[in-house]
Amino acid sequence: MTEQRDYHQGPDLRGHFGIHGGRFASETLMNALEELSDIYGRLKDDPQFQAEFDHDLAHYVGRPSPLYLAERLTEKWGGAEVWLKREDLNHTGAHKINNTIGQALLAKHVGKRRVIAETGAGQHGVASATVAARLGLECVVYMGAEDVERQKLNVYRMKLLGAEVVPVTSGTRTLKDAMNEAMRDWVTNVDDTYYIIGTVAGPHPYPMLVRDFQSIIGRETRRQLQAQAGALPDALVACVGGGSNAIGLFYEFLNDPSVAIYGVEAGGLGVETGQHAAPLTAGRPGILHGNRTYLMADDNGQILGTHSVSAGLDYPGVGPEHSWLKDEGRANYVSVTDDEAMAAFRELTRIEGIMPALETAHALAYAKKLAPQMGVGKRIVVNLSGRGDKDVHTVARMDGMDI
Amino acid sequence: MSRLQNTLAELKAAGRAALIPYITAGDPDIDTTLDLMHELVAAGADVIELGVPFSDPMADGPTIQLAYERALKHGVGLRDVLALVARFRARDNRTPVVLMGYMNPIEYMGYETFVNASVEAGIDGVLVVDLPPEECETLTGMLHERELDTIFLLTPTTSDERARAICAHSSGYVYYVSIKGVTGANTLDVDNVKHHVERLRQATELPIAVGFGIKTAADAAAVSRVADGVIVGSALVNIIAQAADRPAVEITSQVSALLSDMRNGMDAA
Repeated sequence: MTEQRDYHQGPDLRGHFGIHGGRFASETLMNALEELSDIYGRLKDDPQFQAEFDHDLAHYVGRPSPLYLAERLTEKWGGAEVWLKREDLNHTGAHKINNTIGQALLAKHVGKRRVIAETGAGQHGVASATVAARLGLECVVYMGAEDVERQKLNVYRMKLLGAEVVPVTSGTRTLKDAMNEAMRDWVTNVDDTYYIIGTVAGPHPYPMLVRDFQSIIGRETRRQLQAQAGALPDALVACVGGGSNAIGLFYEFLNDPSVAIYGVEAGGLGVETGQHAAPLTAGRPGILHGNRTYLMADDNGQILGTHSVSAGLDYPGVGPEHSWLKDEGRANYVSVTDDEAMAAFRELTRIEGIMPALETAHALAYAKKLAPQMGVGKRIVVNLSGRGDKDVHTVARMDGMDI
Repeated sequence: MSRLQNTLAELKAAGRAALIPYITAGDPDIDTTLDLMHELVAAGADVIELGVPFSDPMADGPTIQLAYERALKHGVGLRDVLALVARFRARDNRTPVVLMGYMNPIEYMGYETFVNASVEAGIDGVLVVDLPPEECETLTGMLHERELDTIFLLTPTTSDERARAICAHSSGYVYYVSIKGVTGANTLDVDNVKHHVERLRQATELPIAVGFGIKTAADAAAVSRVADGVIVGSALVNIIAQAADRPAVEITSQVSALLSDMRNGMDAA
């Protein structure tokens, strides 16, 4: 028998997960990053900070989110039980708020009066604008011009919340370009500005602290499944763009070898077409946005444009901890196509009366393949990371309707 | 002593500040960049910083972003930039050339291939914007082994402690970024620059060059009084942007006109 690996040791002091992670940032930001590391290092084990965080999660976000056995879906798919971790029921409609609540507390502790964020689907932008409104902070959200167009509802929500939404027209006009622009803002305004990164990517300590704030998802899941079924899950499934909802679910179970882990990337029009957003499936390690991780880039190291029906997965990189879990063989990374995700969106809506985000639909599409393979008597937990209201007009357009 | 170190030592002995223009390789095309490099030298450049196009230039403002985009339209990558420098070296074996860019093109090429190709092409120094000292040891070790210089950025937010650590990895010169912000931002506070340059003198004996926000001959002259080198980028690249569709000779003559103004201003300072 081989010795049990401890997957809870990462990252090292300089933010490395194996060869991945680290802190590849402009010199202007290094002081702010060091300061953030120091403050987070002190606060993460501070009972008062944790109590404040837990209080907000309970009374503002509405945690714990339910763990729901989808009986009709289980029956239809014919195999393992499908349990849904209902992050869509959080305030603002996705897991993103777990992280922005935590980072808003950090912003408060470092005394910044202005927060900035990047957003793809707009969920992180909305969650950032929400906490900024609650704390009376100025908020600027950078969003690729293409995403502004396809996520109009969330753009308007952010404006209602008092945030300024800046459309980014450089590069591919999507999430990666929004992140570039947020970094430029931060370099310029580092004295009074806190950057709320929305996923488990970016320079150290972001991948670690976002993971820590999201890992409540897995801790609740363990407790809830134990209470309802008296068992550990046999498999976990979550979609992976940057990977924050996925690591949030996975982290708690990394040291439980009986729990199989599946991260589902956006296969777009099919990985073989090149029109996708699946760096773990088809990319190689490189450096972008402050960390080393699997990327989609050409032979010259230029970052490639990505394609996914879901704006939140349309990103050429991925959080470094996922890259490490892939290298370690602890988690499996797979992909499903736009079409498969769309079918899963419709299926969950019709069978269970739950309309998932298109990002989340990728996880469901893979669970649909996995359930019959695993068979009756096994349990899959799917992270239902967000609700689909924001995507309704995208789906309507595919149905030939303009609403 | 490397070509870069030698050049800067000679300037210091003569009591002159180095004039270091930056242009992006391949903006608007490779052949024009080659002409520009020779013209910059004729107009008084002591060292040339050559930008390596990257798709996601996080530390650059709109001027350099657009320059990268013009170069990327022709697919200009790190290999092309190295080939360009080799062509430059056929006629100029004296002017040091420093590559400036981002980490991923080097990661994708592989460090060993990059270092060997740089030596072969006649590169003198390397400045990677998103490679802080904490992450640099492998690459800087390989570069130093082949006598290539490593240039790092120091900024107004760099603490004295960090400055010492950065300077320990630096050779050739150190690049003081005069403002908090991206390239092309437009405030230059010479008194503030002077204060920081004096602070940095405590951390290093290397020449200190100053960049960001230097737009006119007067700016260049003022900075040359307080620093060992004057780096000018966006002001030149703006001229290229406005003339990008004109014949190459117009681009080169306009760019070299501004650079000679700067040289004259500095020499009179």
